[in-house]
Amino acid sequence: MKHTISVLVENEFGVLARVAGLFSGRGFNIESLSVAPTLEPDTSRMTIVTRGDDRILEQVTKQLNKLISTIKVVDFTDDEYVERELALVKVTAESDSRAEVLRIVDIFRAKVVDVTPKSYTVEITGAPAKIDAVLALLTPMGIKEVVRSGPVVIGRGSKGVAG
Amino acid sequence: MKLTGSQILLESLRLEGVETVFGYPGGAVINIYDDLYDSPIKHILTRHEQAAVHAADGYARTTGEVGVVIATSGPGATNTVTGIATAYMDSIPMVIITGQVPTALIGNDAFQEADICGITRPCTKHNFLVQDLRDLPLMIKKAFFIARTGRPGPVLIDLPKDIQVASMKFSYPDTVKMRGYKPTVDGDERQIGKAAQMLLKAKRPVFYVGGGASLADVCPELLELAELLQIPVTTTLMAMAAFPGEHPLALGMLGMHGTYFANMSVTECDLLVAIGARFDDRVTGRIDAFAKKAKIIQFDIDPSSIHKIVRVDLPVVGDLKSVLTTLLRQLKEQPQDVARQVEQTADWRKEIVGWKAKHPMGYQSSKSVIKPQYVIEKISELSAEDAIITTEVGQHQMWTAQFFNFRQPRTFLTSGGLGTMGYGLPAALGAQVAFPNRQVIDISGDGSFQMNSQELATLVQYRLPVKIAILNNNFLGMVRQWQQLFFDKRYSQTCMELPIDFVKLAEAYGATGLSTDKVDDVETVIKKAFEIDGPVLMEFKVSREENVMPMVPAGKGIHEMVLAS
Repeated sequence: MKHTISVLVENEFGVLARVAGLFSGRGFNIESLSVAPTLEPDTSRMTIVTRGDDRILEQVTKQLNKLISTIKVVDFTDDEYVERELALVKVTAESDSRAEVLRIVDIFRAKVVDVTPKSYTVEITGAPAKIDAVLALLTPMGIKEVVRSGPVVIGRGSKGVAG
Repeated sequence: MKLTGSQILLESLRLEGVETVFGYPGGAVINIYDDLYDSPIKHILTRHEQAAVHAADGYARTTGEVGVVIATSGPGATNTVTGIATAYMDSIPMVIITGQVPTALIGNDAFQEADICGITRPCTKHNFLVQDLRDLPLMIKKAFFIARTGRPGPVLIDLPKDIQVASMKFSYPDTVKMRGYKPTVDGDERQIGKAAQMLLKAKRPVFYVGGGASLADVCPELLELAELLQIPVTTTLMAMAAFPGEHPLALGMLGMHGTYFANMSVTECDLLVAIGARFDDRVTGRIDAFAKKAKIIQFDIDPSSIHKIVRVDLPVVGDLKSVLTTLLRQLKEQPQDVARQVEQTADWRKEIVGWKAKHPMGYQSSKSVIKPQYVIEKISELSAEDAIITTEVGQHQMWTAQFFNFRQPRTFLTSGGLGTMGYGLPAALGAQVAFPNRQVIDISGDGSFQMNSQELATLVQYRLPVKIAILNNNFLGMVRQWQQLFFDKRYSQTCMELPIDFVKLAEAYGATGLSTDKVDDVETVIKKAFEIDGPVLMEFKVSREENVMPMVPAGKGIHEMVLAS
């Protein structure tokens, strides 16, 4: 089962390697990982998407908690949360397909952020499933390059990770 | 007054109560060694950095204090890795200080540069690279705090050379606070209450005690608890000295080479209480056959040990000292229930006595050839009450666990988790430094001994009267045993074909060497070695193809043990 975990960590030397090394060293799986500082510059927040049964996920959260640099771990899977991912897609857009690309961009409330005579670069945000859908529709036009940020999540209402 | 980084390091160590460090100098720590020259801190120069770490580990295991190591950058640092991993697997409190190339050169493949923080990240509890001298005092404070609290473990501080020579005004912090590290101390009173109720209801209870009990110094509480409820106690390799070996409630070791009665008790019990034990695969055998008739209570300081291997019915997270003290208090408030419970479990103890009578621990004795088990029995018999025993890894290690009668806590040092050959001699060295007046004995095999035999020089240099007993079978015995049993006697690379003259080897270093292949001389040799005031190497040429029995074959349940080969 897929789990989305938020990890609040001390923003210090080697912390990303500690977290990533923990996953590889213990044979846990990482589907995506995104990390950036929070409002407090000495704290970073990671969002990790992983897979595993209950026993594995219990170990994942316990082992993350055991790291000295970890301040807090929240597994959002069972809670209400908002999930968003950003993708930048460079898609072929020549005479006959330019209008179709723009229509798709419009329908999904995506944005064209760079234009050349032969391509559009499109910015899409949304749940990962929405990004999958846009990519499926753009594929026939010819996708030159895709970069996805991996999802970030935040709890709804009072649920969440302070800091 | 301003102090340099290396002076700050040594002053901080002194303030942490460090009296002795183990180490080996080199270019990237030369400033620290220069300041050590004037320092009250005693330094023991081993002959290899790995040995320095094992020695600090032996010092820590016997005293309960944090063991401290200094090594240089690059190869000095990488040589410490096996020692650090050994300490990490057995949860031993240590602080390892490595020199590093100057900060400006880090990442440039400089001479004797190694990313030791990267290398040791998975085998330390935590590590630090000092990037600014102003961080150094707090980092040292944190390192000691992390090493000795919670589930203990090794912490490494990597100290670049330019920071050792930079200077600033020094003050050492009194306290340390970390947002991400707050180990649980007191167990939940209600959970402990539930444990007490389960203990008062069980008909066939067993205590399964691990290394955590030694680390937490709860041997008196454990003994009191076992005697109060008359509950049999089986110990893991790491806890052999945590419960008196000859106590009527003692079942000896469980697991792969455990006693028949310990393994049967665990298989047949209806309540298994794990005390500072982590359900290692060498203990459990096939996991779905392990204690399957039992409810399981687990007392542990480390939340990640709970439900890791086995789903437990009642976890209690906390320091064992606090947890067992609370449990004892709660039980003593119910004296009638305790008395009734002792009566209720009488049949269970009788059943265990029956198993003990049916298959006691033993071996085929011999008058013509020295049996390794016999040597260990004799050392056990002739050694002092408070003798400290270390081992290497292999057959002799298992025989020591099986046939040495441990009497006091913190007297058995062995690499249980990592299984590091070459651990025993340097660990004995460290223990002897900690306790110059106690008997320290390294029980060794001929294979393991040669992995750190250079430490004979350290013993002689510092007049450390460690006694070494090599059970020489000219084989890597444990692997040979597996090859015999599971690989059709194809002894691939396990015969140590070159016979070593161990007596001459000892003498080359200035130690005493004794050797015998006669059963009748065993006692004389041991007595003689114990009388000599200095390091002695005893070689016993033992029966070559002796096997460690009982044995649970890989993939089998622990009740499916083979009793004799």
